[in-house]
Amino acid sequence: MSDINTIIKPENIVYKRTDVLSDNDLSYCPGCGHGTVHKLIAEVIEEMGIQDTTIGIAPVGCSVLAYNYLEIDWQQAAHGRAPALATAVKRLMPEKNVFSYQGDGDLAAIGTAETIHACNRGENIVMIFINNGIYGMTGGQMAPTTLPGMAASTCPHGRDVSHDGEPIKISEILAQLPGTCYVTRQSVHTAGNVRKTKKALRKAFENQAANKGTSLVEVVSNCNSGWKMTPIKSNEWMEENMFPYYPLGDIKNEE
Amino acid sequence: MRELKLMKGNEAIAEAAIRAGVDGYFGYPITPQSEVMETLMALRPWDSTGMVVLQAESETASINMVYGGAGCGKRVMTSSSSPGVSLMQEGLTYLAGAELPCVVVNVVRGGPGLGTIQPAQSDYFQTVKGGGHGDYKLITLAPASVQEMADFVELSFDLAFKYRNPVMILSDGVIGQMMEKVELSEQKPRWTAEYIEENHTWATTGKKANREKNIITSVQLEASVQEAFNHKLQAKYRSVEENEVRYEEVMCDDADYIIVAYGSSARICQKSIEIAREKGIKVGMFRPITLYPFPTEQLMKRAKQVKGMLSVEMSAGQMVEDVKLAVECSIPVEHFGRFGGSVHSPGEVVEALEQKLIGGDK
Repeated sequence: MSDINTIIKPENIVYKRTDVLSDNDLSYCPGCGHGTVHKLIAEVIEEMGIQDTTIGIAPVGCSVLAYNYLEIDWQQAAHGRAPALATAVKRLMPEKNVFSYQGDGDLAAIGTAETIHACNRGENIVMIFINNGIYGMTGGQMAPTTLPGMAASTCPHGRDVSHDGEPIKISEILAQLPGTCYVTRQSVHTAGNVRKTKKALRKAFENQAANKGTSLVEVVSNCNSGWKMTPIKSNEWMEENMFPYYPLGDIKNEE
Repeated sequence: MRELKLMKGNEAIAEAAIRAGVDGYFGYPITPQSEVMETLMALRPWDSTGMVVLQAESETASINMVYGGAGCGKRVMTSSSSPGVSLMQEGLTYLAGAELPCVVVNVVRGGPGLGTIQPAQSDYFQTVKGGGHGDYKLITLAPASVQEMADFVELSFDLAFKYRNPVMILSDGVIGQMMEKVELSEQKPRWTAEYIEENHTWATTGKKANREKNIITSVQLEASVQEAFNHKLQAKYRSVEENEVRYEEVMCDDADYIIVAYGSSARICQKSIEIAREKGIKVGMFRPITLYPFPTEQLMKRAKQVKGMLSVEMSAGQMVEDVKLAVECSIPVEHFGRFGGSVHSPGEVVEALEQKLIGGDK
């Protein structure tokens, strides 16, 4: 057996974690999709060479501490207000790259007005939207995206659509607005889907560089803790239940 | 070159903002202050200075746009009136918690609720006692003329950046709507990106290889860290209280009574003290210009000389509490004021002075 130090040499490295990702331990649950999406954003930033010109806007929710994990300048917003912050940052510094990172409660409930109006103005920003159908950070309450019949701590008997309405397909709504140039829905639960999501993120940032308007990348993700499932089971459940309601693929792609 | 113009208080805010080299204004229409954004939009400063002017979808959005811009080290502001400023309270506590400099103008109207579009001073508590959650303070300037509306814009930005704290210009519907002669300062350049990076090293201007990333946030999940941060804030507020008290005294030196009034009430009370002195009552006026920090020591000094103070405000009695605290109830302190959109006359103030203080003195 060869000595490990004879293998670990710069010339033998075929994969290296991007330096845009920090050394901090992630605060996310094992099995959660947030960490993967963070890594993809970091890789896109590195590959595009925009680390020194990118400003991220962190939300309230599980990813409130996203600023700990990416080595870029960050602002942390009040719940739902990330698109308002991003609007001002981009308008005041049009040469920078600006993205918001938001969950479904943040983007599609408390921040609906900010989301819709930023998209309607066609703010030249990237919005990254993690949809896991539940409020993760506060302990698994019903989200605007919780599926019909799906149990959450504030709908323990399952979401009753006659009482709470249908889950909101916010990306489809945003795709109707002339200000959005690119609206896509992806996932990160398989290697193939991870690659597709990275391509989508790259396209979104390139759209911004080309002044095309608002790009929204929705990532349908699991919340194994909130859903009270193992990571593997939660991914299976996501495929069986979330994807039929939130089908993957481009919703709008203006070339 | 300085320029003389006749204009409304609201228009003066807009003119002064452009001339001070402000980077951005984000607002939402509400009476009686819509002329601020209307003037900015008509003047098109994006063509002259590069200033960004944007109409937001709500006051919630506009104050959060201010947060985003302030986080970049830019000089950004908003303006609104009472119901809109209530919506901004969330944003204001986040701005204070993230130690972001910005300027917010409140052209106060009568409340509560949708209230009235007429002038009032009933947002004093909300402004100086903290309308949002948590232990924070807004440095608060109260203009009493159109000239001060203009002058306080730049002063507010200076204070905001000196202390990395939001500053409120607490005006009212009278000052916002009335027209007066105003001397506008010469056009100053906006800060360059290089100036901001050198002088506001905390701002999110993009992480350079030679520095750590900058994070604008108000969240500290560890209680001990949050407590330490609160102590830091309190130390900053003590420094503001020691260094930034501003006030004006009118005929106080020989006074037996003092009227304490700010903003448009102070304008009215200038006439009241003339009427009272014609009647042989020696009255002076003390005008707090900063409502926070409040001129506590200066009022206490005057309390040793006079028989009583009358706090005159267009509210049901808010600043009067701070006057009583300032003089530690060592002399009688009374309140008078019309409110809910009504404005007292100079004569009504003198009558109140006679009834509430002088009558009681006999």
